[in-house]
Amino acid sequence: MSFNNLESLYRQVIMDHYKNPRNRGVIEGDALTVDMNNPTCGDRIQLQLQIEDGVVKDAKFEGEGCSISMSSASMMTQAIKGQPVADALEMSKLFSNMMLGGEIDTDLDMGDAEALSGVSQFPARIKCATLAWKAMEKGVHNK
Amino acid sequence: MDVKAIRQMFPILDQEVNGHPLVYLDSSATSQKPISVIEAVDNYYRKDNANVHRGVHTLGSRATDQYEGAREKVRRFINAKSTSEIIFNRGTTTGINTVAYSYARANLKPGDEVLITPMEHHSNIIPWQQAVKATGATLNYIPLQDDGTISLEDVRKLVTDNTKVVAIAHVSNVLGTINPIKEIAQIAHSKGAVLVVDGAQGVPHMKVDVQDLDCDFYAFSGHKMLAPTGIGVLYGKRELLENMEPVEFGGEMIDFVDLQDSTWKELPWKFEGGTPIIAGAIGLAAAIDFLEDVGMDNILNHEQKLADYVMDRLRTVDDIKVYGPEHRAALVTFNLGDVHPHDVATALDSYGIAVRAGHHCAQPLMKWLNVTATARASFYLYNTEDDVEKLVDGLLKTKEFFGHVF
Repeated sequence: MSFNNLESLYRQVIMDHYKNPRNRGVIEGDALTVDMNNPTCGDRIQLQLQIEDGVVKDAKFEGEGCSISMSSASMMTQAIKGQPVADALEMSKLFSNMMLGGEIDTDLDMGDAEALSGVSQFPARIKCATLAWKAMEKGVHNK
Repeated sequence: MDVKAIRQMFPILDQEVNGHPLVYLDSSATSQKPISVIEAVDNYYRKDNANVHRGVHTLGSRATDQYEGAREKVRRFINAKSTSEIIFNRGTTTGINTVAYSYARANLKPGDEVLITPMEHHSNIIPWQQAVKATGATLNYIPLQDDGTISLEDVRKLVTDNTKVVAIAHVSNVLGTINPIKEIAQIAHSKGAVLVVDGAQGVPHMKVDVQDLDCDFYAFSGHKMLAPTGIGVLYGKRELLENMEPVEFGGEMIDFVDLQDSTWKELPWKFEGGTPIIAGAIGLAAAIDFLEDVGMDNILNHEQKLADYVMDRLRTVDDIKVYGPEHRAALVTFNLGDVHPHDVATALDSYGIAVRAGHHCAQPLMKWLNVTATARASFYLYNTEDDVEKLVDGLLKTKEFFGHVF
């Protein structure tokens, strides 16, 4: 492997989300809060969701972790904001499938999240990429 | 010490990973295995496999002889007085849990104290948290000094008549700190406390003499000292073990079983419920043979040179922060600028270099260091200065790569 393979993982758009995370912060007012961590490596995320009439009105996160976990959280919040909860869950399924090397074939707009497809080549990092999505699923299911 | 010849005994080292020769710098997590250990386990399964301590048949005798022979080998290796003090188990975690369940729960009461340090691995923290919760005792910490060592002055001040157990790592798996076990044992004993040593990072790398250290319990794992996973050892002083209840009950550990009550075998078997890890013990014996052939003093000397060398070389890398004392075991825990340690480890892996990244099962210590995670490179008898050079080179490339995409 060379820089080229590393570059297939660390795409510009990923590093951009890592350096300039979207939707980072805390929701003022009513929101459901999910804490999730990856106990084997120490990554942790606090995700807040504001769901009204089956639609994700707002999503924000705080957390600490590697470029993959934090950029994925940024991309995830961007992708699900304004979308029906059912679509957000569908996206999560598609994202997990992408981590296993599957193609994304959908009309849903996953936004920048598709840039993380390279993670499937790095099995040890898949859990980093799925952390935020798993937190979202947990939040929706516990609601 | 001929490291080149030693490396040839480790078949796994002779491979490419991601198009580069493997540089294995994760021996603190688990060591690689020499061919003699692999063959010892293989031979046992091919020729001698049987259950121990029960078969009248020939294979049963062979298996028992080898299993008990391994115990004698371990006894000699750490200079215990008697094989009754050598308990085979699954590893360091099991050993410490045995002491925390059996000894601590029987001997702690409200007002008593267990004293540990913030540099402990989770396996030397959580068993004590559970033991004090169950008994009403308290868990206190000997503070770390700025360089990641503990001061004997502090230990003298903190060990009191209320202290019943002092538990500490021989060598920190994160900081590389080598703790003065012998001196701590003296202090603990002066107040009537027992000393429990987490030896997971000690025994593999230096000559350990449990009688000279005068520790009361010493737990370690086979897989960090060239042996297979799944085998470990708890050493305990006979007079303490005699008075302790077993933790696991069932076959292998009983003397007489009646409908309502049973009695236990003598030491060490009363602590070895169930069919033991026979092949693992035989592999451990072969590992000890290997280590003794090389010589524990030679290994320590080699690793000390590597430790000094890696510290010198890492100083030349800008933005690197190394945690822990100057004088250390052969492991370095570090962070590279703003690059997250997982990203460092992925980048190094792409150059064939295996390091650990994360909290190293030491979350309280990460808090003390004020970081969420770190990267760690750890060395063993088969590592060379060339491995250090490749690490430094890999770190420079990693810095360049992330400098370029950020």
